[in-house]
Amino acid sequence: MTDNTNTNSFQKQKNKEEMKKQLITFALMIGFTIVAFSIVATNAMDKMFAVPLLLILALIQVGFQFYYFMHMKDRGHEFPAMMIYGGVFAALLTIAALVAIVWW
Amino acid sequence: MSIAAAQKKGFGAFLWDYLTTVDHKKIAHLYLIGGGFFFILGGLEAMFIRIQLIAPENDFISAGLYNEMFTMHGTTMIFLAAMPLLLGLMNAVMPLQIGARDVAFPFLNSLGFWLFMFGGILLNCSWFLGGAPDSGWTAYTPLSVESPTHGIDFYVLGLQISGAGTLIGGINFLVTIVTMRAPGMTYMRMPLFSWTTFVTSTLILFAFPALTVGLFLLMFDRMFGSAFFNVALGGNSVIWQHLFWIFGHPEVYILILPAFGVFSEVIPTFSKKRLFGYTAMVFATILIAFLGFMVWAHHMFTVGLGPVANAIFAIATMAIAVPTGIKIFNWLATMWGGSITINSAMLWALGFIPSFTIGGMTGVMLASAVADYQYHDSYFVVAHFHYVIVGGVVFGIFAGLHYWWPKMFGRILNEKLGKIGFWLFFIGFHLTFFIQHFLGLMGMPRRYWVFLEDQGLDTGNFISTIGTFLMAIAATIFLINIIYTAVKGEKPAGDPYDGRTLEWAIPSPPPYYNFKQLPLVRGLDPLWIEKMDGKGKMTPAEPLGDVHMPNGSILPFAMSLGFFVAGFGFIYQTDHQAWNLAIFVGMGIALGSMLIRSLKDDHGYHISKEELEREAD
Repeated sequence: MTDNTNTNSFQKQKNKEEMKKQLITFALMIGFTIVAFSIVATNAMDKMFAVPLLLILALIQVGFQFYYFMHMKDRGHEFPAMMIYGGVFAALLTIAALVAIVWW
Repeated sequence: MSIAAAQKKGFGAFLWDYLTTVDHKKIAHLYLIGGGFFFILGGLEAMFIRIQLIAPENDFISAGLYNEMFTMHGTTMIFLAAMPLLLGLMNAVMPLQIGARDVAFPFLNSLGFWLFMFGGILLNCSWFLGGAPDSGWTAYTPLSVESPTHGIDFYVLGLQISGAGTLIGGINFLVTIVTMRAPGMTYMRMPLFSWTTFVTSTLILFAFPALTVGLFLLMFDRMFGSAFFNVALGGNSVIWQHLFWIFGHPEVYILILPAFGVFSEVIPTFSKKRLFGYTAMVFATILIAFLGFMVWAHHMFTVGLGPVANAIFAIATMAIAVPTGIKIFNWLATMWGGSITINSAMLWALGFIPSFTIGGMTGVMLASAVADYQYHDSYFVVAHFHYVIVGGVVFGIFAGLHYWWPKMFGRILNEKLGKIGFWLFFIGFHLTFFIQHFLGLMGMPRRYWVFLEDQGLDTGNFISTIGTFLMAIAATIFLINIIYTAVKGEKPAGDPYDGRTLEWAIPSPPPYYNFKQLPLVRGLDPLWIEKMDGKGKMTPAEPLGDVHMPNGSILPFAMSLGFFVAGFGFIYQTDHQAWNLAIFVGMGIALGSMLIRSLKDDHGYHISKEELEREAD
């Protein structure tokens, strides 16, 4: 998508912003990881509270991964997005059913 | 395939060409040959089952062998016959329909076929090695965990290998359709067979992993002492049923949707009308696929999931009748007022509509969870799924074979033999399975080896078996037709049926590069649009230029052979440690081939512009 031979100032500006976003996401992800590890390591929270919190942190990280590092936020990624959500749907359905009917 | 290889003569060169081919048209031939072989095998197994049941307390085959017969009949027909035959049609036609020169990953296409073939052979080796699998094609635990022979091990490894092949094929088709449509071929201009190929591939992508997981769990329980399904050790045997049907229900849509696609091509062509309600057809296809993931527990109504779960799955199941009904009415409306030609392909399509509708109707009956307690595991279920799978899928395959035979092999199948074959099969099919509804309602359970005299089951079973013979004769006539056509059949022009879609815009059989210049698509039924505009052929979308082609490779064959050998190792390592050697050798071959593939650059070759210009149009 990026034309390397023809970098005008607009493109440069865009690349710069992109880089900024990448770095912010990267820092946030490292931050989340540190938070997650410290919650577990320090026993600071009750298990009932810690487990959902860890799951939420993990979900956000997956979102960052998909949308920023794997560029799903950019144009032309509608199709992969649809397929990924389709797969997530099928997997969640499986897990939900097994939890609800088999193990509950 | 390089040009030089194609021009070599002799059987050796011919064989080598097919072993190494990455051309989607030749892989289609391979799929049809492989699928056809297993179709005959599964048909013979069906014959044995029916002959055993021709009379009360018959002892044509022993009880144990009977269990192996019905298990292998189901497994073979679903995994090794119906699906490969459909994949063969998809391979042959879909790239042509969307105006592509090949699939996106020709190498993987070949790998997918060889994995399927070796998986199927591995599964069938069990007949000669101490007994085939014998716990039904669904392999329910704990029965399948307890089965004493190696049969189930062959089932697990065979399906694992061939399933990987199918998964590869599905991903390949997805990428092909997303990325390689000809200029102007938008999604809503794609022929319906390409659409169903696309949706089917999505189903393969999402459904097969559940089977893979289930098979791995079963493999570990049987071979490595785990206890996923062992209730005594804290496992749960119902998990297998869930995993199997989470795969298994989408699987039946994987089978039927391509058949729907075939009919959606055949009916408009021979009615001389565009498909009625194209948009509705596309969305009905997608809706069926979507709902298909939410209905698996209707196979398990009697397991004891509870009234709430049963009710939810019953309603979801009944909802599927809506998009399916839309399709049936659209086909009828396509024919309405059309100028209809009735030939073999069209006959199969016409026979399909009432047959499949009966199967759909019994499907809604079965969907009612309350009534299902009566039908469950009876011949009523057997009759239902044979009406949808034979009346839908097999009819679809025959229609597709008759319709695209000239495209694939350059000869038109004999019409007279085709029509005789259809009528014999149609009558035999209804004779075999219609009566089974009533056998089931009278209480005959499925998978029973014998039934007793004078319980009202004698005549019905006898009629059912006679019907099977008619279907066998019809299948034989089709084989004779193939041979007759190969020897004497008339050679068609590129477009013998006055077709509407892109595959008919090129010669039959197509040149190995398919399209000299990629065509410009101006709407739905692109060739028909050009015909109506008085042009009669496609406008090229690009100037004549070099065509980039992939090189053939023996590596897919070698990889699959490696997994095949390793499969034997896994199966027998429980008997003796020395069999671990087979695992190492097999995996060595497979992984070594992968390494070669990764390290050796293969950029393919180009057909030069001059060479293309020399070829006649």
